[in-house]
Parts: sequence; structure tokens; C-alpha cells
Amino acid sequence: MAEPLFSVRGLKVALPDMTRKPLIGRAPLAEILKGLDFDLPKGSVTGIVGESGSGKSTLGRALVRLLEPSEGSISLQGRDIAHLSEAELRPLRRDLQMIFQDPMSSLNPRHTIFSIIAAPLRQNGLGDRLKERVADALQRVGLPQSFASRYRHELSGGQRQRVGIARALALSPKFVLADEIVSGLDVSTQAQILTLLEKLAAEMGLTVAFISHDLSVIRRLCQQVIVMREGKIVEMSATDALFDNPKQAYTRDLLAAIPLPEIDADWLQPASPA
Amino acid sequence: MDDARISRRGLSPKLWLAGGWLLVALLAAIFAPLVAPQDPLAQDLMLERLPPFWLDGAEPGYWLGTDSLGRDLLSRLIFGGRIAFIVAFAAATSACLLGSALGLIAGYFGGWADRIISRIVDVWMAFPPVLFAILLVAVLGTGLSSVILAIAIIDWTRFCRVIRAEAMSQARMDYVESARIAGYGRIGIMLREVLPNVLPSVVALLSLEMGIAVIVEAILSFVNLSISTDDPTWGSIIAEGRLSIHQAWWVLVFPLITLILTVLSFSQFGEALKARFDPVLR
Amino acid sequence: MEPCLDIRSLSAVLPNGQRVLRSVSLSVQPGEVRALVGESGAGKTMIGKAVLGVLPKSVRIVEGEMLIEGEDLGRLGEKARRNLIGARTALIPQDPLTALNPSRRIGPQMTDRLVRILRWSGERADKRIRQLLDEVQIRDPERVLKSYPHELSGGMRQRVLIAAAFAAEPRLIVADEPTTALDVTVQKQILRLIAQLQRDHGTAILFVTHDLGVVAKISQKVSVLYAGKVVEEADTAQLFAAPQHAYTRALIAATPRYTDPYASLKPVDEAVLAGLAAEIAAADQSWRPGHG
Repeated sequence: MAEPLFSVRGLKVALPDMTRKPLIGRAPLAEILKGLDFDLPKGSVTGIVGESGSGKSTLGRALVRLLEPSEGSISLQGRDIAHLSEAELRPLRRDLQMIFQDPMSSLNPRHTIFSIIAAPLRQNGLGDRLKERVADALQRVGLPQSFASRYRHELSGGQRQRVGIARALALSPKFVLADEIVSGLDVSTQAQILTLLEKLAAEMGLTVAFISHDLSVIRRLCQQVIVMREGKIVEMSATDALFDNPKQAYTRDLLAAIPLPEIDADWLQPASPA
Repeated sequence: MDDARISRRGLSPKLWLAGGWLLVALLAAIFAPLVAPQDPLAQDLMLERLPPFWLDGAEPGYWLGTDSLGRDLLSRLIFGGRIAFIVAFAAATSACLLGSALGLIAGYFGGWADRIISRIVDVWMAFPPVLFAILLVAVLGTGLSSVILAIAIIDWTRFCRVIRAEAMSQARMDYVESARIAGYGRIGIMLREVLPNVLPSVVALLSLEMGIAVIVEAILSFVNLSISTDDPTWGSIIAEGRLSIHQAWWVLVFPLITLILTVLSFSQFGEALKARFDPVLR
Repeated sequence: MEPCLDIRSLSAVLPNGQRVLRSVSLSVQPGEVRALVGESGAGKTMIGKAVLGVLPKSVRIVEGEMLIEGEDLGRLGEKARRNLIGARTALIPQDPLTALNPSRRIGPQMTDRLVRILRWSGERADKRIRQLLDEVQIRDPERVLKSYPHELSGGMRQRVLIAAAFAAEPRLIVADEPTTALDVTVQKQILRLIAQLQRDHGTAILFVTHDLGVVAKISQKVSVLYAGKVVEEADTAQLFAAPQHAYTRALIAATPRYTDPYASLKPVDEAVLAGLAAEIAAADQSWRPGHG
């Protein structure tokens, strides 16, 4: 395999647990990620799958350093970024981009699409030829140029998510975190967005972490898969191996729970005790 | 859910009515020496307690009648409007700038900044505002600038509370995280992502606060704590009108109507502006 | 056999005259699960709300009939209609958290409907609820009945709501995306429970969903909706074996399948959407609002 872009060792993240916050004082910390080790090979798409509470979103946010890990290292091409300060991170931001789950909440209603896509360019020293660069970004995601002057509420769900992709890719980053980017979309739109991301990732040689609760979507897009549960990695392997020959019972349960769009009279029968 | 795909274009009747009244009152106040039919300070005991124009015994040129010293009521109201508007704009703007800035910082930055600012707001709000104002003016001394200062010192909390809450909910939006990903610093995010989204509320509150400032000024001059007693203010006219309510009801009623219309207009105007400035009705 | 629910040519409009339901006809036989599948804006939830008589005020029904076990809802007075709907139907909602009052314990919330609307005695209602909790495989009913909604997991809350829906022995249940908010493994358990209870009690279900996978597993009949119009109606087995409408084929092809990654996740062809738009336009052209 190619050399890793990210190499993560012993990653732990603890966050304040607001449900246990006492009336006075700080909320106690709850360990969300309990020591993860994995590599993300350069130019690969890695699926990170898990159910709610598995910590998959927390993991994503730690990779792009929206969160600071409590322990462990995140090495980005040999440099540990796990504990860099906000100021030290700023020059790295351009290489670590993110596409959000909810394109509604991730686009500011008061900015035009142009302003939204231009923001990361301006902020990372690419403020020259701004019009041209934004036009390129729009074209790349298949949106007409006229959209530059529109606002979020004038777009459909799929179009909004295209803007989210355009913004993330405008800087030609090395790494993109895609956090449940199709879970709020209709099936037909979902297919468009996924094929778009698939195409762009290949064209631009992106390293992508694709977070999803849906294994079906992951098989098509990803070269390797990390299955998570309760803050730990349950299973990690190449995609085909994972789907064809899942090693862990939990992975098998996850696969068996997906309702495929085909008739299967036995699917709803209670499983015979194994 | 989905944004309603309606952006409100054009002016609503509310905006027209409220804005119209405010504009007329403001222009009259600015051009008071040209507009006012009489000298607001000229006393003439021959003309005391003239009724308004549609009643028997009215004199031409004294449209709303005169007070117990024979001064023209309409002219006094117009000149009183000058004080009212100066106080409204100056006091509300100062309260707005102070309160919104602190609210934005508390709501967006959270943590210690929020704890300190919120605690101060709590303490501030424990004082009854009118009593607080009277106390402040008593300490600062009467005069226009003390009235303005007193209102600003008391009412910044109104802005602070609302803007803090809005900034807090804005801070949770994904576009705030997205701006961090784009490389923005905290101040940059506050100005670029949060501020534009709380501005409509600031505008609405600012307008409302202008109305409140007019009332507070009226109350202060009612209890004789505003500016020098010679210059007419709406509050002092009301105070005088109260004394002659049985002989000349108009001296009390017209300034009250003026006051209420102005205060209502300010609040309605703010609401209508907020709706209009929202690109999206959420 | 008389259908449990019979909707005949139902049309509804928004205040601006836009049609949101376009002459929808469908029926649910006793003891049958009919899936109502479509993307957002297809009107599937709207139909469920119409059946339960809880349409938003802005939506006006301008045409058509709805019959529950042969009784025409349109011919009943307001009160009689409420009573009929209350006695013979129930809802399994999408979001179990917002469907439960956060400040009341589960127990009284579950018995409420039985006691208040069906006038059961408290004791009978309590007994019935415990029986149903057992059927949805809640092993510690005491704890659950005394809990507040936030103390239960999403799957537990949905079990509670399923038990509550079946408790009054309704003839028809409207299930509005009941598993959309749940994790896949929990979804499977919940679907299994719904199917089990449905068979045991012989209840008819109108199952609203956007997921063709769920349709394939839970339903015997299916209506595919687009823009408030039923574009295809078939036996579920038939629909997946030989989909007739181009849109149905496109939807099936767009739905991801890990077993066949390259034959699935196909974006819907522009031509299909254009064809749908033409079909809708033609239907609107020939449509004259009835005497509504």
C-alpha cells in the first residue's frame, strides 16, 4: 500500500459529559475514543462506519483538529498534529478540509454561494483570481455559474451539498473528511452526490475519510473500512475482504441488519440462537 | 425543515404606518423653529387654557390649544420631540453598542467571558430600572447627557441577553466549524459568521430601545429629573397637564397620545425591519 | 372483502392553489401491510396525516373520499369522525422522543389513550399495557413504566410507542417512518416486532417510508408516490421482480446495495424526471377540482 497520509496511534479523546454536569462546577470527562491505531494511505478512501455512540464523528473531528485529543498522536505525513495550537494549525488547514452532514446548517444563510466558496480561498492566500477559482469550483461539482450569486435557501438539498463539496475542494486539499454527507438526502440525490465525490476523489488523488452509518454506501466508495463501536475499532480491513468475509460478529450483525431492496421472506424471522 | 422560499419584499403596511409617523415626528423636531406655529416658551395669560381647534373658544394658530400659562401646546410638543429624539438615538445607540458587543462575546466565546458578563447582567437586572435611573440621574446630576448616560448604563443588559442567546445558537452551527476549517480565527468567525445572523435582532431591539428611551426620558422629566425645566419635554408637559386635567384635559391627552404613538411606532418599526432584513423567514 | 382503509381519488391543495396530493387512490385490506414509498415532497406523510385527521390547517382537501371499514369520514360530523379515528386507528410516529412528553412518566402516557378516549378502567388499561410491553419484549416493565422518556434508549422508546399503538386493538395503524431515526441493528429489531405484532393482532398497517429496503422486507403491497401522485401500485414481490414505471426502476437502481455495488447507486436519469414532470403536468391539465 501507498505510504500513509495519516498515521494515528493510541488516539484517545475525552469530552465533557453534559448529562452528568453537576449544578456547580465542571462536567466530568467521558472518554469517547478509547485508544485507536490506524493509517490512512495516501490517495485512498477509507470508510468509517458505526452506529450512534460509536465515536465515528468524534474521530473525524479529531483528524481535522476541530477537537484536541487527550492522548495519542495524529501524524500527518510525519508531523504530529495532535496537540498543535490553533495558530500552528492555521497553515495546515488548507490541506485538511471537511464536508458536513447537514448542508443547511453548514452554509451561512447570509452569505452568497460565491462568498461561501471564496472564504477558504481568501483565508489561505489564494485571494487572487478569486472569480476564476470559484467558477472552477462550481464547474467541478456540476453547478451552473449563475449559482454564485444565490443564497442557501434558493438551492435544493442536493445542490447545497454540491456547494459544500465545492468549498471543501476549492483549496485542492490533501485530505477531506466527509461526515455522513448523504444521510439527509433522498436516494436519487444521494447517488448523484456519491458518484460525484467518487469521481473527484479519483481525479484529484484525494485522501478521504468517509464517515457513514450505512455500509451499503461504503462498499461502493471506499478501499478500506474501519468498523467502530463504543469508541473502539472492531474491525479494519480492505473493503472487499470486509464485505465478503467479515471476521467479527458485530460486523456480520451490521451487514445482516441492512434491509436490501429485494424480497427475502426470512429476513424478519427471529434469528435462530447461534 | 426547509427554508420557506419566501423573502419578504416590499414594505408592509405596518412599516409604512410606523415609519411614516416616526418620519413626520422626526422632521417636525428637526425643523421645529420653522414648523412650530408659536414660540413654545411664550406665555400669554390672555390665552390660557385655550381648547383645541374644533371646540368653541379656540383661537386660530393654536391648533391643540394652550396650557395654563397660555403656551401653545402643539409648539411645545414639537420642541419636546427634539429632546425625545436626541435621547432616543443617543441612549439607544450607546446601550446597543455596549450590550451587543458584550452579548456577542459572551455568547460566542463562552467560558470565563460568558460567566463574568452573565453575572454582571444578573446583578444589573436585580435593580428596578426606573428606580435605578432616578438614582443614577440624582448622582450624575440632571441634564441631557446624564439622562442619556443613565439610560445606556441601565438598558445595555436588554441587548446583552438577547444577543448572547442568539450568538450561542449561532456558535453551534456547522458553518462556524466550517469557518475554522477554512482557517478563520475566533474574531474572524464572530464577525463573518455570527454577527450578520444576529444583526436583524440588534436592529429590532435598537428600535424598541429607542421607544423605551423616550418613555424613560418622559418619566425622568415627569419627576423633574431630566433637563432644565424651561425647555419643553413630553414628560414635563404631561406633568403639567396632570395638574390642570379638570380645566384643560388636552394638555394631558395630546402629549400622552404623542408619546404612545411614538413608542409603539418604534417597536413596530423594529419588528417590520427585522422581517424585511431577513433573507429567509425561518 | 371490505378494505380496512379505502382512499378514493384524494386531492389536496395549499392556499396558493398548488396541488400536494393528486387524485390519490389506495386501499389497505384487513391484516395487510401497505407501504407508501417516495422521496421528500412526495406527499407520503401527508396521506398518513389525512387518514388520522391531523392535516396542517394550510392543506385543504378538495376532492375524494376516505373510508375506514366502509364508513366515509367525509359524511361524519367532526365529533363522530374523531371518535371513529380514535377507536379504529393508531399512529407509530417517526421520532419517539418528540412523541412522548418529556416531563411525564411512560406509564401514565401509555394508559392515557385507553382511559381517556376508550373509557377503560385504569386497572384494565394497566393490565393491557403490561401485556403489550411483554409482546414488544420489554423484560422489565416496572422500570420502563416508571421511567421518563429521556431515560430510555431510542429503540426502547420506539418499543413503548409500538406497544401503545397496538394496545387499543386498532384496525389500522399508520406507521410514519418509524425506524428512520434508529440505528440499523435496532431498526431490524423494531421492524421484526412490528411484523410480529401485526401478524398476531391481524392489524392493517399503512407504512410510510423512504427506504425501498424497508418496503421489501415489511410490506405485502406498495404504492410508489412522486409529487403527490401514485405512479405505481403493486404487490411488493411484483414491484421488485418487474417494476413497471420508469421512476420505480430508477429508484430501485439508486438504492445502494452492498451485495452489488456497481449495479446500485445509479443516479436517476434526467429523462425519467422529465417524463415524470410531463406526466404530472398532463394529470393537472385534465384535472378539474370537484365540488369541494
